[in-house]
Amino acid sequence: MALDAYQKREFKQVGTRPNRPDGVDKVTGRAMYGADATAPGMLHAKVLRSPHAHARIVAIDTSAAEALPGVKAIVTAADFGVPEDAFLLDVQDHCMAREKALYDGHAVAAVAATSLAAAKAALNLIKVDYEVLPHVTDVDEAMKPGAPVVQAGRAFENVPAGMSENVTHHCEFGHGDLDAGFAKADHIIERSFRTAATHQGYIEPNACLASVTSDGRADLWVCTQGQFFYRTLCAAILGMEASQLRVTASEIGGGFGGKTMVYMEPVALALSKKAGRPVKLVLTRDEVFRATGPTVSSSMDVKIGMTKDGRITAAQARLRYSGGAFHCGTVDFGAQAAFAAYDLEAVQTLGWNAMTNRPKESAYRAPGAPLSIYAVESVVDELCQHFGLDPLAVRLKNAADKGTKSSYGPTFDQIGLKATLEAAKAHPHYAAPLGPNQGRGLSCGFWFNFGGNTCVSLSVNTDGTVGVTEGNPDIGGSRASISLMAAEELGIPYDKIRTIVADTSSLGYNDVTDGSRVTFAVGLATIKAARDAVQKMCSRAAKIWGIDEDAVEWVDGAAVPAGPNAGKFPPMTLAEIAAVSAETGGPICGHHEVNADGAGVSFGVHLCDIEVDPETGATKVLRYTVFQDAGKAVHPSYVEGQMQGGAVQGIGWALNEEYIYGADGKLQNPGFLDYRIPVASDLPMIDTVILEIPNPGHPYGVRGVGETGIVPPLAAISNAVSRAVGVRMTELPMSPPKLLKAIEAKG
Amino acid sequence: MKTIQVSTTINGDPAEFICTPDETLLDVLRNRLGLTGSKEGCGTGDCGACSVTVNGRLVCSCLVLGAEAEGAEISTIEGMAEGETLHPLQRAFIEHAALQCGVCTPGILVAAKSLLEKNPDPTDEELRYWLAGNLCRCTGYDKIIRAVQVAAAEMRGA
Repeated sequence: MALDAYQKREFKQVGTRPNRPDGVDKVTGRAMYGADATAPGMLHAKVLRSPHAHARIVAIDTSAAEALPGVKAIVTAADFGVPEDAFLLDVQDHCMAREKALYDGHAVAAVAATSLAAAKAALNLIKVDYEVLPHVTDVDEAMKPGAPVVQAGRAFENVPAGMSENVTHHCEFGHGDLDAGFAKADHIIERSFRTAATHQGYIEPNACLASVTSDGRADLWVCTQGQFFYRTLCAAILGMEASQLRVTASEIGGGFGGKTMVYMEPVALALSKKAGRPVKLVLTRDEVFRATGPTVSSSMDVKIGMTKDGRITAAQARLRYSGGAFHCGTVDFGAQAAFAAYDLEAVQTLGWNAMTNRPKESAYRAPGAPLSIYAVESVVDELCQHFGLDPLAVRLKNAADKGTKSSYGPTFDQIGLKATLEAAKAHPHYAAPLGPNQGRGLSCGFWFNFGGNTCVSLSVNTDGTVGVTEGNPDIGGSRASISLMAAEELGIPYDKIRTIVADTSSLGYNDVTDGSRVTFAVGLATIKAARDAVQKMCSRAAKIWGIDEDAVEWVDGAAVPAGPNAGKFPPMTLAEIAAVSAETGGPICGHHEVNADGAGVSFGVHLCDIEVDPETGATKVLRYTVFQDAGKAVHPSYVEGQMQGGAVQGIGWALNEEYIYGADGKLQNPGFLDYRIPVASDLPMIDTVILEIPNPGHPYGVRGVGETGIVPPLAAISNAVSRAVGVRMTELPMSPPKLLKAIEAKG
Repeated sequence: MKTIQVSTTINGDPAEFICTPDETLLDVLRNRLGLTGSKEGCGTGDCGACSVTVNGRLVCSCLVLGAEAEGAEISTIEGMAEGETLHPLQRAFIEHAALQCGVCTPGILVAAKSLLEKNPDPTDEELRYWLAGNLCRCTGYDKIIRAVQVAAAEMRGA
């Protein structure tokens, strides 16, 4: 058995709900976020942004701005090189437009000045000569031949005839004979769907404090989901060696995938380098909407055939995603996830990405999956309505299970889908009565989960306490979960452990906090670092006792002599071993480095009841229950928090959130007033049911839980609304005007 | 721009500052007084992360000018705990997992405290509408509502 394989055990601390270590700082206002840091001599920066959706930058004149008192540095694309690597060039171009402004809000210049007021005044003095170009913001329009070309020369090499060169990506997954499958169906439904781009909507705007010194060293304080990846990107763009740039992750005020990519951090570093002083750059909410984040927008066709007893015979999806003005591969995830919940004989998913004059897509919680699964689960629901079948029974009948060849290739190991569906079926929510204008909807959800590069260092202090040093910003309570796993493994109380998130100079490379990877992968590395320390402590005890180190075991936080020596010496606790470590060989630390796989896929099922006001088209969510397989819930409250938060983000996507572009290609709602995320009065309590089907790839059975929760709500809400109003809804969000129109069209 | 001198009371202590006429109270708190517990999430009064009370009234400090604080009594998140003793709301938020990233938490705590001073026994619906001006993107509000009710019950001596 592999060392990191799951072994059944009775947990003493994992599964309890202790207070989070960052709690007091966060409830007293002491926690330091991106915008909360200052530095001696600090300048304030502002970014000048394109007012056009698509325009050639003919000339930029910064002379008047440079002459303004207090202005210390101005940068444009001319201050950066041109990276050879296509991905890096895209990242840099997104941070600062080169030759063309590709979307409304695209950065074209930036100023650092002694005050924010001076920086703002300087922006008004920068003269940009634009040649406005035709633009395209709709994915279907962008794919047509003759569409305005967002970036020339980036076309997918095998773009089919009849498609625009905006198409940068194509993918295909599936198996089986589609024609034969559809021929076996008693009924086939094919529908087209559209979803709007949404924003991660983190409450903390992107912020950083950059300091580059004249000897070439630099520090970056930034709210990020991945300080190591930010270092990689910033160092490459700035032409620095990684060792010279130390990136420290601040507390992060929400990310949800949106803080996995640099937006203005290289610009702040370039300004600091040029001015020779620290530079703070904090985006406004308007800038956050116009130039960071969003998800893909999509247009999709789904065709599913079913027998009258509810067996799916064939399924096909065609997905057209746009990740904005740059190449984007997110449609791969959508295509792979679309039919993952089903055990199918014939399935095919095709995907395309097309560039549009919108900001570059960033990951948002299970990127790509909510959209395709929304379309699939809508058609499955409509087929259930057609045959008068119970939607949970139909999903159980077709559910993927251990041994299923998945729709995207791999064969599933132990998965929790059927157990999750059974839990939903048995729950009182499913049988509760509904009133007039009310509907019940459900949907399955899926996410792959990720492991990745991970490095943990664990130090045993001489007073018997333990420090855990990890490299992943804590976005959902991971410091608590990591401490719990260390406590479990070492056999010492949770409150004897302090887990911190290290800067890039203090630990080896860690992948970004994404893919629901942290509790899984950092947890795994922590457990193994703890085992490494335990081995060393057993060895120290053996040395003290003068026995063979193989004859020492670790039991409940202490080394005990085992085998022929059992009972010969009293146990030595971690604290006792640590106290004399200087005499037995020096400090005791444990380490583990891994590129973790075995993350274990995750399934969830959401059940919701809604009521539609037929007069206004407004939808009220009445009851909502989330069922999800967590593998092992390390800290159940924080697992519930992920499930609830994901569900509510999905509810927002289903009902209200959308990027609205005008005919002029400008974003019309770049603020929280008009881009409406769910507020407390919109919602009921979000009930949660955690299932624990152990992940075979983790010593404690842990699966990632963060992302799956956003996947099912789109279809669950849409299915509920469609049933309530008697019209199949095929576009998100189902904002009141759109829903009212559908109700009125029905007559 | 000519600055204005302002005398005020913050969290019970006298505080003096100068500010420009267009400077918000939030900017003053954060940039001039080092009270960075109040957060700027939007700058337009839509997210509530900058919530403070001015003479007992709950406001978005991004919509109040620093100059308006002359003679006022201001309470911020930094003044909620008494020394080492957390306010029951602060304790309930930690114990009932009512925060994740925590950036909305100061504003929500200030707003919830303000409600409980007026209405010590709110229904869930009253609480949800009172907090409708405070955006949280992490929690889905469930655990926030529960935590406030736990604290409210404790404060009532229930």
